[in-house]
Amino acid sequence: MNKPLISVQNLHTSFFTDSGEVCAVNGVSFELDHGEILGIVGESGSGKSVTAYSIMQILAATGKVVDGNIYYKGEDITKWSEKQMRGFRGKCCSIIFQDPMTSLNPVFTIGNQLTEAITLHTDKKGKAAKDRAAELLELVGINEPYKRLKQYPYELSGGMRQRVMIAMALACEPDILIADEPTTALDVTIQAQILELIQKLQKELGMAVILVTHDLGVIASMCDNIVVMYGGKICERGTAHEIFYNPCHEYTKGLLRSIPNVTRMKERLVPILGTPINMLNLPKGCSFCARCDAAMKICLTEQPEELTINENHKASCWMNVKAMLEAEGGNNNE
Amino acid sequence: MSDVLVDVRDLKQHFPIRTGFMKTTPLKAVDGVSFTINKGETLGLVGESGCGKTTVGRTLLHLYEPTAGEIYFDGELVTKKNIGTMRKKMQMVFQDPYSSLDPRMTVEDIIGEPLDVHKLYSNKKERREKILELMNYVGLNSEHATRYAHEFSGGQRQRIGIARALAVDPQFIVCDEPVSALDVSIQAQVINMFEDLQAKLGVAYLFIAHDLLVVHHISKRIAVMYLGKIVEMADADDLNNNPLHPYTQSLLSAVPIPDPDIARSRQRIILEGDVPSPLRMPTGCPFRTRCQYATEQCAAECPSLTDRGNGHMSACFNK
Repeated sequence: MNKPLISVQNLHTSFFTDSGEVCAVNGVSFELDHGEILGIVGESGSGKSVTAYSIMQILAATGKVVDGNIYYKGEDITKWSEKQMRGFRGKCCSIIFQDPMTSLNPVFTIGNQLTEAITLHTDKKGKAAKDRAAELLELVGINEPYKRLKQYPYELSGGMRQRVMIAMALACEPDILIADEPTTALDVTIQAQILELIQKLQKELGMAVILVTHDLGVIASMCDNIVVMYGGKICERGTAHEIFYNPCHEYTKGLLRSIPNVTRMKERLVPILGTPINMLNLPKGCSFCARCDAAMKICLTEQPEELTINENHKASCWMNVKAMLEAEGGNNNE
Repeated sequence: MSDVLVDVRDLKQHFPIRTGFMKTTPLKAVDGVSFTINKGETLGLVGESGCGKTTVGRTLLHLYEPTAGEIYFDGELVTKKNIGTMRKKMQMVFQDPYSSLDPRMTVEDIIGEPLDVHKLYSNKKERREKILELMNYVGLNSEHATRYAHEFSGGQRQRIGIARALAVDPQFIVCDEPVSALDVSIQAQVINMFEDLQAKLGVAYLFIAHDLLVVHHISKRIAVMYLGKIVEMADADDLNNNPLHPYTQSLLSAVPIPDPDIARSRQRIILEGDVPSPLRMPTGCPFRTRCQYATEQCAAECPSLTDRGNGHMSACFNK
């Protein structure tokens, strides 16, 4: 059995703000295999982006990985120096951001920004680097690549810019591509183009992809495995099939109920009550219990352990423990 | 008396854009749009960014002076002169709950402002009672009245915006992407509230959004816009099960469906390229540059919106 490509273990990331320590990520563990597409889904503030940024170590100045390890091919990259990390970023793992408008530098040409990554990480220089840049643009479906190299970001549309971002991320053929809400800022028809492109490139180049998004629709069509996050923790994980057709955490169930169902369109939606939790003071028990319909006494005081539902599915919810106990012995109430 | 509440006829909204020295080109944001909305009905308006859907909504309320065309509200022509009183019957909820509320006003004043403008109360006590009733409608507590907008979450702010729109007891509300800025779990709360308010007060909505699943859920009929024109309009279920216009077909096939089996098995029609700039509109049918069925006829003339049976309207020569 091969080692996983990336193995995140018990990751804790905090931001130290004026009003106190905000524990954005609270003990997250997951593994990513070669050629796998992993989806991380959650609402804003659930810690999904921070998890991705922690892997790349590109957190804001106030943020810090306070505990946990991230193994890349068996090596712990949290212990790496900044210099080693520079070699890691771009070459081993690269990232595309949500907003292609702000993540490209407006005062440099596309060519300039693309060749920068190439000359930094490979031995291609000058003309060779430029040819490689044009080749990359062609790969992501941009026509007239040599003309585009001379253009500035403002001359391109949103979809085109996101393609340039993808080309830049692929410049050094990384093993892992992290896509942080890659299509949220784009229209549906352009979104479909970009998602298809990511899928195609993933197959051709054999990369592993971590797709961070809040859109369950995007997750459903793209991912092999899904991690559902709430309040900085993983509340459920499993294959796409298990998560969508057999959700075992109350939060996942709630999320799926709150979006219009394709087959029962006119049925009334069942929203999750309340608002997302305040990350400044996390509750002692399950972080979702304040909004949970099925909350029990134990949910308030103790955090649920991750329980294996089957080999492709794990969830952290006391309801599953209760169901298991009931199935086992019958009459012992909680 | 007919059931038609809002009747829009050949509405045009052109913005002059400076394209050179002493030279302007009209940007045809909305170019000949006609539709009707019945009392207590929801018409969904979908399209990609830049297709003019927001401009339609704003022009209906004369937030922009229309370039051409007429808007009839309850049989009465809406003009520059009577818009002041008309806004007592038609209101708007904006997309961004962060920028559409004045940060220096308390919730009470924000919701009370339409009441002040239209002088809908006789004394302070009545004003206060009305405001509290409105807050109750949208699920806010009375203790929220003295707070400022920044103290609320996105979903709660959108509730304040809705309470403000409801203050004058309107018959018609333009909802401009009211749930796009909200999280999924909060979206469902606000959508349910829109449905409850409609059942209770009988208001009609023009529901503008780019999320087709949400629009399909809330609307009775849906109009699809592309580059300033309505390309297809039909009953919501009819439009989803049997889209006629090639643009609607590709739009529907591009919607990410939160169901792995359906999402992976269906045929996707992926459009090539981007939406053309509205400053350099293609001749004839605006969609022909991205359409797989385009013929010479499409380049020469623009197809008009015609009924293909059962009120299913489509603007395409081929379909």
